[in-house]
Amino acid sequence: MIAPGAPRLSRRLAEYGFLGFCWLATGLAILALAAILWSLLRQGLGGLNLDVFTKSTPAPGSTGGLLNAILGSVMMCAVAMLGAVVVGVLAGTWLAEYARDSRYGKVVRFLNDVLLSAPSILVGLFVYEILVAPLKGFSGFAGAAALALIAAPVITRTTEDVLRLQPAALREASVALGAPVWRTILHVVWKAARAGMLTGALLAFARISGETAPLLFTALNNQFLNLDLTRPTANLPVVIFNFALSAYDDWRRLAWAGALLIAATVLTVTIVARLFARESRPS
Amino acid sequence: MTLAADAPAPAPPRSARGAALDRAFEALCFGAATFLLAALGGLVVSLVIGGWPALSTFGVRFFVSAEWNPVTEVYGSAGAMVGTLVTSALALALALPLALGVAIFLVELCPTPLRRPIGTAVELLAGIPSIVYGMWGLFVFAPWFAKHVQIPLMTAAAPGSLWEKVTAGVPNGAGIFSASVILAIMILPFIAATLRELLLTIPPQVRESAYGLGSTTFEVIRKVSLPYVRTGAIGAIMLGLGRALGETMAVTFIIGNAHGFPSSLFASGSTIASTIANEFAEATGELHTASLIALGLVLFVITFVVLALARLLIGRQAHA
Repeated sequence: MIAPGAPRLSRRLAEYGFLGFCWLATGLAILALAAILWSLLRQGLGGLNLDVFTKSTPAPGSTGGLLNAILGSVMMCAVAMLGAVVVGVLAGTWLAEYARDSRYGKVVRFLNDVLLSAPSILVGLFVYEILVAPLKGFSGFAGAAALALIAAPVITRTTEDVLRLQPAALREASVALGAPVWRTILHVVWKAARAGMLTGALLAFARISGETAPLLFTALNNQFLNLDLTRPTANLPVVIFNFALSAYDDWRRLAWAGALLIAATVLTVTIVARLFARESRPS
Repeated sequence: MTLAADAPAPAPPRSARGAALDRAFEALCFGAATFLLAALGGLVVSLVIGGWPALSTFGVRFFVSAEWNPVTEVYGSAGAMVGTLVTSALALALALPLALGVAIFLVELCPTPLRRPIGTAVELLAGIPSIVYGMWGLFVFAPWFAKHVQIPLMTAAAPGSLWEKVTAGVPNGAGIFSASVILAIMILPFIAATLRELLLTIPPQVRESAYGLGSTTFEVIRKVSLPYVRTGAIGAIMLGLGRALGETMAVTFIIGNAHGFPSSLFASGSTIASTIANEFAEATGELHTASLIALGLVLFVITFVVLALARLLIGRQAHA
């Protein structure tokens, strides 16, 4: 402060140091993403062939693929999304249209947010306690239930957010024309918020399709092709987990191929969801 | 759209029908919201009931002992608890400055045409499944880390020094510190995204007037922007911490899975989540299962406190 030149220099140095650090941090984040995608492509593409999609998981040493795991994952995710969309959309609608700032609404909103970020492995434990232990068996349905419980809060949250963005005039116009409230919500508000609600569902799907921890002791695994969700069901994440930590090279190759499939699915869905989100924003 | 058909639809009179359907639809929505509440309540109750045999057998020892031995059937959660807290704290310490840098870069520095691609890239980093982080951590990061960081550090440590103790361990790339690094990469995009949304809520006049007084970017951020979003920023940090605490698969891959207190930064350890993931499906006895569920209860309590604080601090202004 005393010498007129000195503080200016120190301020400038601090500024350059700070700006440099911000560039560096962003560079590091992008480098991490690039490194992960590069390893996935390098290790995963090598293991990707037709067998992966047409054969079930092999015994060590024989050839095989991931067909049973892919089918199991698809079935469980589909069932989970079905349940999660119904519960999530209705709960989100209640929060946005009926609860608003009521006390009970605030409690539900808060606890839904907690559920949204609760560790997924705890959801697995819960489903184990209520569906696996009493019924004495791991099952695809238990896995789907765990996934649904993880997806539903995401959908609730996004549904509420996009419904709140819809102008009140829209609802008033519909009610003034004589439409009952349920019809207004179904045919006017939901319709207007369609793109945003779809984004929420896609993000929820992206979240559960790579989810592993809650499936370890709900769906478990199955060496064979199985379309019956009441039995233990193979799924990509758990197969990847088991194969990656195995000592067999061909199992590890399959694990990388599976990881590439999952990551490609999740990243594609995330990007598509972003496109929808952008579309829904201006309206 | 098909939901209306599911609602129990009472027959006419026509004027009453709309009102009845209205009530039915509201009840349906109310039911869904209550269902979510019940799910969280059920989760807590099931953890308490499932973990009770362990808690009543070991009492306070369950929380203070680090002994975890399925053979002698003695279980204590302290080792996993310390492992969880240490890895999460380290991850946060690594991720926070970087996340702040990324958020500020995206809001203040990024050339406009790059803003969207870089924003998407950070978002994709958040979207990569945990198990992929785990595989990458174990097969790509760990060998690199062992060769270029661990071994040089360990050979440079003077024998008998504190530094030697901190870096002791098998230089295979797995362990507490590697798990923290992977966790840091995983929570960075979440913290960065929330911070970015918070920074965008600052009215332009506030920042512009600071710039107008001749402040540098650094000074505007430090003295105007960050104080403005302080409460929410602490919430964002807690949210990141909550994620790190409960993260399972990536940690399970790379932490080395050893029970007891971790002895150094590079030593193997375990977290609550990794212990459950590793042992639950093959738990040997009733007490083993109960102890794992009790571990889950401990994890729930820790994350609930952290997440509740986070939500209260962030409020509803920023999405997470």
